Amino acid sequence: MKKTPLTELHRQQGAKMIDFHGFEMPVQYTSVIDEHLTVRRAVGIFDLCHMGEFDLEGPGAVATLSQLTTNDPSGLQPGEIQYTMLTNPNGGIIDDILVYRTETGFFLVVNASNTEKDFNWINQHLLPDTTLRDRTSELALIAVQGPKSLPVVERVLGKPLADVETYTFIDTEYKGYWLRASRTGYTGEDGFELYLPNAGAEELWQDLMTTGAEEGIAPIGLGARDTLRLEMRMPLYGNDIDETTTPLEAGLGRFVKFDKGDFIGRAALVKQKEAGVQRRLVGFVLQERGVPRQGYPILSAEGEEIGIVTSGTHSPSLNQAIGTGYVAAESASPGTEIHILVRQKRLKAQIIKGRFLK
Amino acid sequence: MSEKGLLFTKDHEWVRVQGNIAVVGITDYAQDELGDVVFVDLPSEGDQVQEGEGFAVVESVKAVSDIYAPVSGTIVKVNTELEDSPELINESPYEKGWIAEIELAEGVQLDDLMTAEEYEAFIKEA
Repeated sequence: MKKTPLTELHRQQGAKMIDFHGFEMPVQYTSVIDEHLTVRRAVGIFDLCHMGEFDLEGPGAVATLSQLTTNDPSGLQPGEIQYTMLTNPNGGIIDDILVYRTETGFFLVVNASNTEKDFNWINQHLLPDTTLRDRTSELALIAVQGPKSLPVVERVLGKPLADVETYTFIDTEYKGYWLRASRTGYTGEDGFELYLPNAGAEELWQDLMTTGAEEGIAPIGLGARDTLRLEMRMPLYGNDIDETTTPLEAGLGRFVKFDKGDFIGRAALVKQKEAGVQRRLVGFVLQERGVPRQGYPILSAEGEEIGIVTSGTHSPSLNQAIGTGYVAAESASPGTEIHILVRQKRLKAQIIKGRFLK
Repeated sequence: MSEKGLLFTKDHEWVRVQGNIAVVGITDYAQDELGDVVFVDLPSEGDQVQEGEGFAVVESVKAVSDIYAPVSGTIVKVNTELEDSPELINESPYEKGWIAEIELAEGVQLDDLMTAEEYEAFIKEA
């Protein structure tokens, strides 16, 4: 199994470790519920060193990215960040990624499970005068998330950061290391994602822990990362979206810019938009006791199978079972009663609009 | 700790035998591995269970786990406290977190179950 620069530290601190897409990662330090609530109420830090990072540079970088992704990167100014998707010719999602506009090109942040696939895909589609470099193995990523993130990161980096707006970033220094601080995250809370060379990762982690003690900072595992993102309806690649699902089906149509010019998958997506999607990703709350899990069938109130659960958990903030799944488009309206088949039992659930946590 | 006198399975259930009644739960090790328990799918009183058969399900935030009957018999009582307070399994696995009472079937042998010392050695190997 691959290690991150922080794997040994997690082990020493008693975290439960799991194999996450080939990386030995902490799933939990104390309790998923406690860690979740720490991020909602105070601040937590996450080891995300497994995430993939690429530099895409050169005069052809904008055009290369635009033909590969659904969103429009052409208007991005240096320092701005965009959520976008790589799609295949069928409009299926190869990955959902973040694109950082730098002075010289783009910095791409991709899902750990897709790093190699994405690199090969982008590399095959490079336009002339464009270079792609994989920086995954040299860069560490630590996320600081929660309403009390700002003062902690400001003290650690020794500079005011209130002006770094959501979905923007700055490049700075930390103890002599290059550091990129972006106002982004996967929890729905305020926070930062901090990229720096591997060599500085342990020092930064310890520094955040010490500095954030008065805010009640705590390390957070992948278990709470999943419950935090699901409460906010942020899709998880491999569960909610994959190469067989499209941005339109997944409710991510606002990140598809049909009028920007051609891109891989555009024709299929135009066709799907015109015909109307056959299924939609919806959120639901369970109205009986139980926990929905990925792969459980979704039935109509009449008992007909209409879809499948893609993510499900017990929401620590709401103390309620929640989930997402694809259902037939005609059954996808908010308020619709559906049933989740849990171990041969049909449990009532209701489709909701928007995020679980308002 | 009240593990003394309990018997254990390789699937991390515990049993406390009193006469022909076996009280069953999951071990401290099992609850720690599962993490925060948020739901327990309890059996019904009167259910017949076979040794080794799944008779209850414990769901934590991150996982779902079958609980296997350590002995054969009839469910005579279930811990309904767990419906509203599933966290009792984490907080008190050997006392308040018991799951069910099984009335032992005729001729049930307990020889295959481990003592506390044997179980401790077993989880150290795991």
